[in-house]
Amino acid sequence: MATATKESKRGRERPEHVRHTELGKPVTFLEAIREALWEEMERDDAVFLMGEDIGVYGGAFKVTEGFVDYFGPERVIDTPISEAGFTGAAAGAAHMGLRPVVEMQFMDFVSCAYEPLTNYIATSRWRGSGPVPMVVRGPVGGGVRGGPFHSQNPEMAFFHTPGLKIVYPSTAYDAKGLLKAAIRDDDPVLFFEHKKLYRLPALREVLPQEDYVVPLGQARVHREGSDLTIVTYGMMVHESLKAAEQLAEEDGVQVEVVDLRTLLPLDEDAIIASVKKTNRLLVVHEDTRTGGIAGEIAMRVNEKAFEWLDAPILRVTAIDTPVPYSPPLEDYFLPQVADIVAAARYLVKY
Amino acid sequence: MWTGGASSPAPARRGCKTRTGGRGREGAGLGAARVGHSGKPSRGLTLFTGLPIMSADRGRYRGLDRIGDKPMAEQTGVAASDEVVAGLSREQLHEIYYYLWLTRQVEQVLTNLYRQNKVIGGLYRSLGQEATAVGSAYALRRRTDGTGDVISPAIRDLGALLLMGARPVEVMRQYMAKGDSPTGGREQNVHFTDYRKGYIGLISHLGVMIEVMAGVALSFRIRGEDRVALVYSGDGMTSTGAFHEGFNLAAVRRLPLVVIVENNQYAYSTPVSKQTAVKSFVDKAEGYGVYGERCDGNDVLAVYEMTKRAVERARAGEGASLLEVITYRRKGHAEHDAQAYVPPGEIEYWEARDPIDRFEKQLLENGWATRQELESIRARVDEEVDRARDEAEASPLPEPDAALDGVYGDRPTARPWTRLAVPDPHYA
Ligand SMILES: Cc1ncc(C[n+]2csc(CCOP(=O)(O)OP(=O)(O)O)c2C)c(N)n1
Ligand SMILES: [Mg+2]
Repeated sequence: MATATKESKRGRERPEHVRHTELGKPVTFLEAIREALWEEMERDDAVFLMGEDIGVYGGAFKVTEGFVDYFGPERVIDTPISEAGFTGAAAGAAHMGLRPVVEMQFMDFVSCAYEPLTNYIATSRWRGSGPVPMVVRGPVGGGVRGGPFHSQNPEMAFFHTPGLKIVYPSTAYDAKGLLKAAIRDDDPVLFFEHKKLYRLPALREVLPQEDYVVPLGQARVHREGSDLTIVTYGMMVHESLKAAEQLAEEDGVQVEVVDLRTLLPLDEDAIIASVKKTNRLLVVHEDTRTGGIAGEIAMRVNEKAFEWLDAPILRVTAIDTPVPYSPPLEDYFLPQVADIVAAARYLVKY
Repeated sequence: MWTGGASSPAPARRGCKTRTGGRGREGAGLGAARVGHSGKPSRGLTLFTGLPIMSADRGRYRGLDRIGDKPMAEQTGVAASDEVVAGLSREQLHEIYYYLWLTRQVEQVLTNLYRQNKVIGGLYRSLGQEATAVGSAYALRRRTDGTGDVISPAIRDLGALLLMGARPVEVMRQYMAKGDSPTGGREQNVHFTDYRKGYIGLISHLGVMIEVMAGVALSFRIRGEDRVALVYSGDGMTSTGAFHEGFNLAAVRRLPLVVIVENNQYAYSTPVSKQTAVKSFVDKAEGYGVYGERCDGNDVLAVYEMTKRAVERARAGEGASLLEVITYRRKGHAEHDAQAYVPPGEIEYWEARDPIDRFEKQLLENGWATRQELESIRARVDEEVDRARDEAEASPLPEPDAALDGVYGDRPTARPWTRLAVPDPHYA
C-alpha cells in the first residue's frame, strides 16, 4: 500500500507535513484530512482536487498545503470563484471515470452549488446517467466568531435530497478513515469538517500506519452509558462528552454518547440499539432547531422503539436564527455544555 | 464627516479605455485617449498582468468648460469660475482628499485594534486602493433622506461607505462586534445598511449583491426616479454565476446600474490570470451589450470622471455600465494572509503608485491645495478617527439574548428551554 512507503510513485519524497503518521507521530484533525487526501491521490491517479486558492496558497485553512508542488496543477486545480461551476464540472469528470474532490473554501458557499448537487448530481444514478463518485468537502461550524456566512452548518439543506451521502466526523481517526471511504465511494458525498476541530490539541492522535477506512453509514458509541443516550455529531460530540463527565461526577448518571459520523444514510440501528439500552434519548446538534436532524431521529425512534422510552425525546440545538458574529450573541446561539446537562437532568428525573 | 459644501459635479470627457457593447450606442472609440492626472505625460505603465494602462496627459482638462453640448454650469451647479479640474471646485478636491485620508486612517486604527485583539473577526484592508472607492462614490448623488443614489460596497470599499455617510465609529463598532454597532453585533465589518444614506450591506457570498442592486435599479425604473444604483465587484466576484445573472438582467432591461469591477490583481491568492480568460474585464461589457470603460484606479480623478459618465448615462436612461478600475491590493486578503504568493517587488512597485500620494502631489503641483490645507485636513481626520476609536472602545458588547430578535417582523425566536430558571421543554 502506497501509504506506508516513503517514496511516491513519482520517485519523490513526501514532504514532512504529510508524513506524521508514517513517522508514528500524532496528527491533528486537519492533518488527518490532509493525509487522507494525499494518500488517496497517491493511491489512485483518478483522484484530483478543485477549489478556490487550494494550489499555491494551499487552501484557506492550509489543508492542501504543498499538494500542487507534488501532484501538479492538473490535479490540484485553482478555480475561479464559481462553486456551481466547479461542482457541476466535477460531476462531468466523475462521469468520465475521475474521482474529483472539491473544496468549498467555507461550506457556507455550498449553497451556491445547491443546484448541481441536488438536481443533477444526486439524481444521476437513479436517472440512469450513472453514478457520480465525487466528494464535496470543506469547513463548517461556529464558535470561531466567523459571523453568519463563515459559521454555517448547512447539512440539513442536503439531508432532504435522496442520492447524496453526508459525512460529519468528530475525531482525527474518523476524519481520515471516512474521507478515504468517501473518495472511494461510488456515490456523491458531502464531507463536513468542523473548523474548530481542525487544530484542537485534544484531538491529536497517533493513527494506524496501514491504510484503513471507516465505512460510511455507521455510527459509533463514543462513550458507553446506561442511563441516557445522547445522539450527536461533529463538534457537539465533544460538548456532549464534557456534559457526560459532569453528569457522571455530579449526578452519578451514566450517559451513552453516540457519534453519528454519517448523517445520510442515517445509522438507525445504532440509535435504536442505544435507546433500547438506556430508554432515554437526547439529541444534540449545533445546527439550528427547526428542521435539524433531531426531528428525523425522534420520528425514527417513535416508529421503531416507542415502547422502550421512559421519557420524551428531547433536543439541544442552536436557536433558530442566523449565526451571530458578536461573542455574547454567538455563545447564546450555540448549544452549551450547561444546556446539555440541564436537558439530561430533566430527562433522567422525568 | 466633511463639513464643507459639496454639490453634484459634472462629468468631463477624459476617457480611459472605453468599450461600448451592442446596439452601437454612443461612447465608442476612446480606446486610445487615455488621460490621467499625474501632471506629466508618460508612456503608460504596464501591470504585472501585462495590461498596459493609463498614459497621463495633463492639460487637456484645464479650461474644459463644456461637456457634450451643455455648458458646465448648467449641468453641475458649480460656477465655472469655481471649477479647477474635472468639474470640481477646490473645496470638492479637498473633500475627496479628506475621504481618502479618512479611509486610510480608519483602517490604520482598525489595524492597531486588530493587533490588540479587539477586532473580533478578520480585518480586510483597502490600502492602496482607496481611490477606487472614493473616486467612484464621489460621482453619485449623495443624500441623507433616502432619495439619493444607492450603493452596495464590496469588502474593500470602506471609502465609498464613508463617503455615503457611514461614520467611522460605526465601522469600528462593527469590527469590534459591539452592541451599538449598526447591526447590533450580528454582522461584521462593512456588512451594514442605511437606506436613508443610500448603502446596502453586502453579505459574504460573492455575487448576490449584483442581483440585489439590479433590483434596486429596477425599482428606480419602475417608479420613474432618476436615481442610480452602483455596485462594487472584485475581480474574483465576476466569476460567480450570480454576477452574470444579475448583470445580464440589468443589461437587458437597460437598468440604471453601474458595476465597478475593482481589478486589484488578486482574489484571495488567485491572480486575475486564473480568474478570467479575457485580457481586461471591460472586454466583458461588449458581451453584455453595455457601456464599458476602464481606467487607472489609483488616479482618483480618473475614477471619478469615468464613474460620472456612467452615472449620467444611467440617469439619462441609457442603461447599465461595466467599469473596470485597475488597482492593487497591497495587503493580504485579510490581516492573517502573509501574501507568500506575491512575486518579489510587486508590492513595492505599487507602493510607488500610491493613490493618496499621487493625489497629494497633483493637488500641490497644480496649486489646488496648499501644504497647510492638506495638513489641517489630515489633522482633522486624525482627531476624528481617534475620537471614534475611543467611542467604539467604550461601547458595550450586546446582551446575549439580543440574538433572539429580528428574524421575523412579527415574532421573536424561542428562548432555549434549557436556560429557563426551571428548565422545561414545554416552553420550547
Ligand atoms: C460565493 C463565494 N465563494 C467564496 C468566497 C470566499 N471569498 C471571500 S473573498 C474572496 C476573494 C474575492 O476576491 P475579489 O472578488 O477579487 O475581491 P477582493 O478581495 O480582491 O477585493 C473569496 C474567494 C465567498 N465570499 N463567496
Ligand atoms: Mg480582487
